[in-house]
Amino acid sequence: MAAHRCSHLVWLFLLVSLSAFLLSDSQETTLTDDNHDNEAENEQAPPESAKQTAEQPAVDERRWEATEVNEVIPGDAAADKHDSSASPTAVPVSMPQPKDDMQEELVIRPLHSGDIYASFQFRTLWETDFTKGKKVSHYRLFPKSLGQVISKFSVRELHISFTQGYWRTMQWGQPFLPSPPGAELWVWFQDSVTDVDATWKELTNVLSGIFCASLNFIDSTNTVQPSASFKPLGIGNVTDHRFLRYATLPREIVCTENLTPWKKLLPCGSKAGLSVLLKSEKLFHSSFHSQAVHIRPVCQDWQCKTTSWELRQTLNVVFDLHTSGGAKREWSFFKMFSRTLTEACPLASSSKIFIDITDNPQEEQFELSPATPLLSQAVVLGDRRTFSVYDLTQPITFGTMRSLNLLIRWKSTEGDMLRPLLHGERYVAGYGLQTGEIHTLMYNNHPFRSFPVLLLDSVPWYLRLYVHTLTVTSKGKDNKPSYIHYQPSKDRVRPHLLEMLVQLPPHSVTEVTVQFERALLKWTEYTPDPNHGFYVGSSIISSLVPSTVAMDTNITQEQPLFSSFFPCKEESSYFMRVYTEPLLVNLPTPDFSMPYNVICLTCTVVAVGYGSLYNLLTRSFQIEEPNPGLAKRIANIIRKMRGVPPL
Amino acid sequence: MKPRDEGSSLSGLLRYRGQQDGLLTRLNAPICAVCYFAGVAWFMGLAFEPFTLRTYMSENAMGSTMVEERFPSGERALATGREFAAHKKRVGGMPVDWLVKTMQARGLEVFTQSFSRTLPFPDENKERFMVKGTNVYGILRAPRAPRTEALVLSAPCSPGDNNNQAVGLLLGLAHYFRNQIFWAKDIIFLVNEHDLIGMQAWLEGYHHTNTTGMDWSPLQGRGGSIQAALSLELSSDVITSLDIVLEGLNGQLPNLDLANLFYAFCQKIGVLCTIQGKLQRSDWDSVSGYSQAVQTMMLMVLKQASGRPWGDHGLFLRYHIEAATITGINSFRQYKTDTTTIGRLLEGMYRKLNNLLERLHQSYFFYLMPSLSHFVSIGYYMPAFGLLAVILLLRALDLWVQLSAPPPRTEDGIVDVEQSSPGLLSVLTPLVISHLTGAALYMLPIRFQDMAVEHFPVSETEAVVLTAIAVYTAGLALPHNTHRLLSGEGTEQGWRVLKLVAVLYLAVLLGCTALINFSLGFILALSLVPVAAFVTPHVPKVLSAFVLVILSPACTLLFSVFFFQELQEMPVSFQDGWLLYLSVISQGILDHSLYGSLVYPLIALLIYPCWLLFWNILFWK
Repeated sequence: MAAHRCSHLVWLFLLVSLSAFLLSDSQETTLTDDNHDNEAENEQAPPESAKQTAEQPAVDERRWEATEVNEVIPGDAAADKHDSSASPTAVPVSMPQPKDDMQEELVIRPLHSGDIYASFQFRTLWETDFTKGKKVSHYRLFPKSLGQVISKFSVRELHISFTQGYWRTMQWGQPFLPSPPGAELWVWFQDSVTDVDATWKELTNVLSGIFCASLNFIDSTNTVQPSASFKPLGIGNVTDHRFLRYATLPREIVCTENLTPWKKLLPCGSKAGLSVLLKSEKLFHSSFHSQAVHIRPVCQDWQCKTTSWELRQTLNVVFDLHTSGGAKREWSFFKMFSRTLTEACPLASSSKIFIDITDNPQEEQFELSPATPLLSQAVVLGDRRTFSVYDLTQPITFGTMRSLNLLIRWKSTEGDMLRPLLHGERYVAGYGLQTGEIHTLMYNNHPFRSFPVLLLDSVPWYLRLYVHTLTVTSKGKDNKPSYIHYQPSKDRVRPHLLEMLVQLPPHSVTEVTVQFERALLKWTEYTPDPNHGFYVGSSIISSLVPSTVAMDTNITQEQPLFSSFFPCKEESSYFMRVYTEPLLVNLPTPDFSMPYNVICLTCTVVAVGYGSLYNLLTRSFQIEEPNPGLAKRIANIIRKMRGVPPL
Repeated sequence: MKPRDEGSSLSGLLRYRGQQDGLLTRLNAPICAVCYFAGVAWFMGLAFEPFTLRTYMSENAMGSTMVEERFPSGERALATGREFAAHKKRVGGMPVDWLVKTMQARGLEVFTQSFSRTLPFPDENKERFMVKGTNVYGILRAPRAPRTEALVLSAPCSPGDNNNQAVGLLLGLAHYFRNQIFWAKDIIFLVNEHDLIGMQAWLEGYHHTNTTGMDWSPLQGRGGSIQAALSLELSSDVITSLDIVLEGLNGQLPNLDLANLFYAFCQKIGVLCTIQGKLQRSDWDSVSGYSQAVQTMMLMVLKQASGRPWGDHGLFLRYHIEAATITGINSFRQYKTDTTTIGRLLEGMYRKLNNLLERLHQSYFFYLMPSLSHFVSIGYYMPAFGLLAVILLLRALDLWVQLSAPPPRTEDGIVDVEQSSPGLLSVLTPLVISHLTGAALYMLPIRFQDMAVEHFPVSETEAVVLTAIAVYTAGLALPHNTHRLLSGEGTEQGWRVLKLVAVLYLAVLLGCTALINFSLGFILALSLVPVAAFVTPHVPKVLSAFVLVILSPACTLLFSVFFFQELQEMPVSFQDGWLLYLSVISQGILDHSLYGSLVYPLIALLIYPCWLLFWNILFWK
């Protein structure tokens, strides 16, 4: 028995060291991923030299924590180990490594308005191949429903988001993952797919079932194939946009029924770890709610010899200070989510909470309790940010109370937010129900750099765009786009697609206007509430924006001279996508009560007028003999039997 | 020859129906008289309560769901209003910085818009000429809403001590609304300077249109398509009643459900509510009760006919935004209402509007209101106009028959020769000349104001108004000038053709006007239809000329002014009335150039020339 335990321990040690290697590997992978993925924040960047001393023990500690977690794991994993350790001779050198890996993370950014932004990310990596025909049937962390979707529809990349609310760029800055109001779905298919449209149609219906959303309303009238705006975010260099489909449903309303299936995809469900906080009654008591699923293939190692599938589930929520009874400017887990944290998800290899304290190095703006010694720095969206890190895999994080209730208490309300370098606006101009004009404004707030942006507009066919009226002006001058891709609409078949590459001059507003005519729909094409209006999805502005770090011209401080001559440090520009507001446009609407009245009236006329006339004309009239009485009838029968004529 | 044939067949038909001469032609005059009086009687009957419908909420989204009003802080709103007044006095206008700061402190996204406008001539009522101002508005962003829909609450920043309480209440409501989670539409709190001009600038900026050539800076923040708007006017801490103003630009009215909503909440909260400043009376069967209803309805008709916006809400209607102005009135009644109650009323209304799924469209857009609880829909009031309009058609028919009839036996051959050539020229010349006069009436007053000021000791405004009156009067000398242009003598057939054209023209004009703005169409029909019906060259000249002038559009306006004052229980002497009349003319011209009101061009370019045609017929030689 003792020997058995001993070998068990040996195997544990081996496992620990292996997992530690794996951890460092996966960190590197993230780094390389980030080169591909401009959207993802670089939270795992290696620590800066200045902070290295602070960070080093943390890394050590994390390793320690990893061993403990492995020991703590109950149930299946432990049983597996028992089985494997029971026959030590049979174990090969490449022991059954977990080919999948799950990380969870919560980033909290206190906003200057007093609101608070919480962003959850759950990442599952699985080194498997859905595409090569062989059937994948054993699922551990990766949700089976999505795995089957990937293999059945030959999906190369899938991005789906459900958003309730509009991200207020001017108040809140940039989100980590932007998304338009409503539902958005874009998919890259494998180039082996022959009938992309049919596959797309089927896929949307399946996804509609998985996420309990009205994605089945996606059809050819709201699907486009952007030529430049949406590139694959994973590995692979096929960029033929015939395999890309993009659709939005701006009217989709996101609620609990969408959150529940989303939570079910998580390995820990809502039982343990960060997902405990995802309670719908609080998540939907907020100013902004967005949940997304991103699936893409990523490199497993440095040489990219093997690929693995990455499933990234994100949930972004902004809590409003005022509507949460904002007399006291303070936020806690309990106030935000009505829950506190007690443990990490046991299946997660890493579970962390990041608090953005960039504007608060000396705690002059807000106070954070409990305090944490761990700090981390990362360049996020072109800006160097500092984070306090809470590692949930360490029991010390939870303190003596065995629960973590992070508290952020504001001390002062001052402080300026850095103006976002790029933001957009859109509105409908004009009045009346015949024509109108769509105005799209793009702001470049960079003081001295101009940069190009890609504008994507997908307008439903019932707004008939007059492309000859398209104007692009910035600073009062005509701004000629260097690339225009326009696909005219076909009535009831496909929408307008307009893509433009426009150079935004520094510190300017660029206005894109195009006139349209409102179509008169067939009466069956109106929605059940036609006087509400018809939605036009957000336009999408994608751009490589010059980094704020690079914008800092006063770089001579605290830097060695040899390193500070060229202004561009690290990432000189970063990718950014901005969604404008969707539009609500009224179309000429008939009075729908009128057909009803007409039908009622016609029916009455037909029933009463025509009916009685018809009756009169077709009936043959006879004079009916009065009915003989019973006695008379009996008498007649008797008379008949007697052979006497009846009475 | 073709029309003649048709005419004869038509008259033949008429003759078959009647015994010999045709019933319609023979009894034309009595039928017309009957129609006229029937029309007037029908109209007067509209105010009689048993003939009208009770108002009811058509919109389901606003009807069944009851909301709870909890606005607590009326006193604080008044304090804010006093603070606003102090800042207003200190700055001597709109305290922009203070408003921006206050709105920001309440958690709104705040934006400003500056505008400037030079009036075509000085507005003596409001003492303004070169207008420069700033609008301040704060947007309450609805949580989890994608900025597609918005509601507007506005309060004008008026000069003097007016409307401070309205601004205070607006800010109080903004503060209270901001802490609620249930908003589904953005709410825009707007404080506009220079009342309608500021509102016009803001609306044009919001919709990026420019209909009147005003200068404004573009708006920075928007909330999507505006579903409904209320404008608030409140000048005292306590009020006795709330008045709702519905009449907007060009006689447009908001959907009746908006008025219903206001009435429903007044009933629920227990606030006295009025329309046209008249309380509703329960004794509809008494004479005084009926006359109250008639007065209320007549006030609405006169206001609607004027085509001017009667509150800041009036300009929203052009953009298909349902809007009304709510005015707090403090009279000498016992029953007082405090600001908290008004706040609760507004909160309830906004919560209901917030529940809307679609734009307000279920109820009527065309209606008259003899009281807040009763309304007359378009189907009920249109027959009154129809009875007047049918007179014109009957006269036209009569003329047509007369024209197509064979020459009377008593005349000899000379007449025949004359009749064969009524001449296009004899019809066209008066038409063109009278329209040119109309164009002069439209163009000259503003164009020649400088010249008039140079040569006469008058102010610009007086110059414009007096020029307008002068041109109008000069038009009366037209027949002589017309005849000078005409080659020969006017013929009997000539005036008939001209009158036929004029009558049909008037019928079309009035019909179109009544469809857009019933009140204007009806008032014009009341005065012009008799003229059109009786004028021939053979009636006594002097008396007819007098009647014609009395019934001309300008005199109708004069009577309307006196009538309006009478209805408002503010009778004026003739002297004051005359001054008022002059200022009404200048206001009409200003409304046209500032907000695009169509009444002045309609009168000047179409109605007045049409009336001149009848004047021409009277003096036909």
